[in-house]
Amino acid sequence: KRSCTHRYCFAVCIKQDQRSRHARGTVPTSKERGVREEQIVKKIFATMVGSSSSWSTALVKISPYTFASIGIAISIGVSVLGAAWGIYITGSSLIGAAIKAPRITSKNLISVIFCEAVAIYGVIVAIILQTKLESVPSSRIYDPESLRAGYAIFASGIIVGFANLVCGLCVGIIGSSCALSDAQNSSLFVKILVIEIFGSALGLFGVIVGIIMSAQATWPSKG
Amino acid sequence: MYGFEALTFNVHGGYLEAIVRGYRSGLLTAADYNNLCQCESLEDIKMHLSATEYGPYLQNEPSPLHTTTIVEKCTLKLVDEYKQMLCQATEPLSTFLEYITYGHMIDNVVLIVTGTLHERDVQELLEKCHPLGMFDSIATLAVAQNMRELYRLVLVDTPLAPYFSECITSEDLDDMNIEIMRNTLYKAYLQDFYRFCQKLGGATSEIMSDILAFEADRRAVNITINSIGTELTRDDRRKLYSNFGLLYPYGHEELAISEDIDQVRGVMEKYPPYQSIFSKLSYGESQMLDKAFYEEEVKRLCLAFEQQFHYGVFFAYMRLREQEIRNLMWISECVAQNQKSRVHDSVVFIF
Repeated sequence: KRSCTHRYCFAVCIKQDQRSRHARGTVPTSKERGVREEQIVKKIFATMVGSSSSWSTALVKISPYTFASIGIAISIGVSVLGAAWGIYITGSSLIGAAIKAPRITSKNLISVIFCEAVAIYGVIVAIILQTKLESVPSSRIYDPESLRAGYAIFASGIIVGFANLVCGLCVGIIGSSCALSDAQNSSLFVKILVIEIFGSALGLFGVIVGIIMSAQATWPSKG
Repeated sequence: MYGFEALTFNVHGGYLEAIVRGYRSGLLTAADYNNLCQCESLEDIKMHLSATEYGPYLQNEPSPLHTTTIVEKCTLKLVDEYKQMLCQATEPLSTFLEYITYGHMIDNVVLIVTGTLHERDVQELLEKCHPLGMFDSIATLAVAQNMRELYRLVLVDTPLAPYFSECITSEDLDDMNIEIMRNTLYKAYLQDFYRFCQKLGGATSEIMSDILAFEADRRAVNITINSIGTELTRDDRRKLYSNFGLLYPYGHEELAISEDIDQVRGVMEKYPPYQSIFSKLSYGESQMLDKAFYEEEVKRLCLAFEQQFHYGVFFAYMRLREQEIRNLMWISECVAQNQKSRVHDSVVFIF
């Protein structure tokens, strides 16, 4: 009935309805008005999402700040999980192997440092992401621009978090093998270290893509 | 899930795996064995061994050394290392480590029962028992007259109890019965251990299945060869073979009806892994079979160390250490009896 181009302006549509009714000379009662408003709101919802699916409605109505905050949490939380996992895998083998071969301890701490770097990547990206959160006026909170910014920060957090998780695991397992091999034959240490360096590059890939992703998270400007 | 043990193995087993790999680096190498083979007396052997990891165990021994003393001290070192690992292990690794010693328990039980049958003193027998297979009530084994009493008085409280169901009879114990009892118990133990490893899953089950299958097949061949010409019937023989391994079931059928070594060789040559063993022996010779089997076993045990994050390394280490002690005993005996030309007959190099 109403070819309203303002998708979000309930107040405008309802006001226009009332004005046209005033023009026609019929003034609705308050009860009629309540029912009428409800019908208009439902129609506007339906045009907004294109169908009457309640799931897609629910998803779009989640505030983009929720997604952004969860992304930041995942970026730091899951990265630290990966780093901790890797450190314990390396550490337990290192301690056991160092009983027979105490000379390996100082060199093999490099494996632990590579795992720790993974957690640092997570922290850095979390700090960068949280500087990207800006407030927008509540009228524009569901603009496509806002949603895009929220999703970009979420995706960036997931990218960094899970890339660091698997990177930490990879470096940890290689570090364990490195400690055990070094205890038997010290010429193997440098060769296995090269494998670890390639493994820790995986975390860097995640950080790079995450930062690029978050760089285009621009919230709609005020006004 | 096979392939992902690396993610969680180190929580409980990482430290002990690293320790057992450290112990493995202390096994005697070919260079050590060459030095030992050139020794003139037991004192020389003691001196060479002091430079290896056995040093602290042998240095306090008084001067007229016997070969049994050397073997005893080396076994003591193995027992110390085993106890250190066992007290720091959690489930299921602790159960796995205990399974490794049940074979020694069976040997000790049979030793005491046989010794009692031949009227030996219990204390003397207890000193000869393997320390890894000791359990609390072992001395009361001397009291039992037949197998039912043996089970009821002593063995029902030990971990060997479930292995007895197949061999409880009321006959009195004599030499033949005791050997059959030993083999039946060992068969039940191997099957139980195999089932346990299958339940553990992952790399442990794959590696241990291979090693235990070889053990079962080796025992089948030894039982066959040792019972040729005795009064053991074919059905009895078949009952002593395990229910897993490369030879099960068709190889067992053929082995059960073999009557001499050439027939055994004919059976074994159908299986490629064992064909290489038997091709090293010339026709009609069986003395070198033991050494050939030991060499094959050592090869498989060394392969267990190639993979990380499984329990097979513990079993492999214990077996390799026992092989080393056997080597040392052979070398000591040869040196003590001045038969150094025969030293290389039975020494299996590990590295």
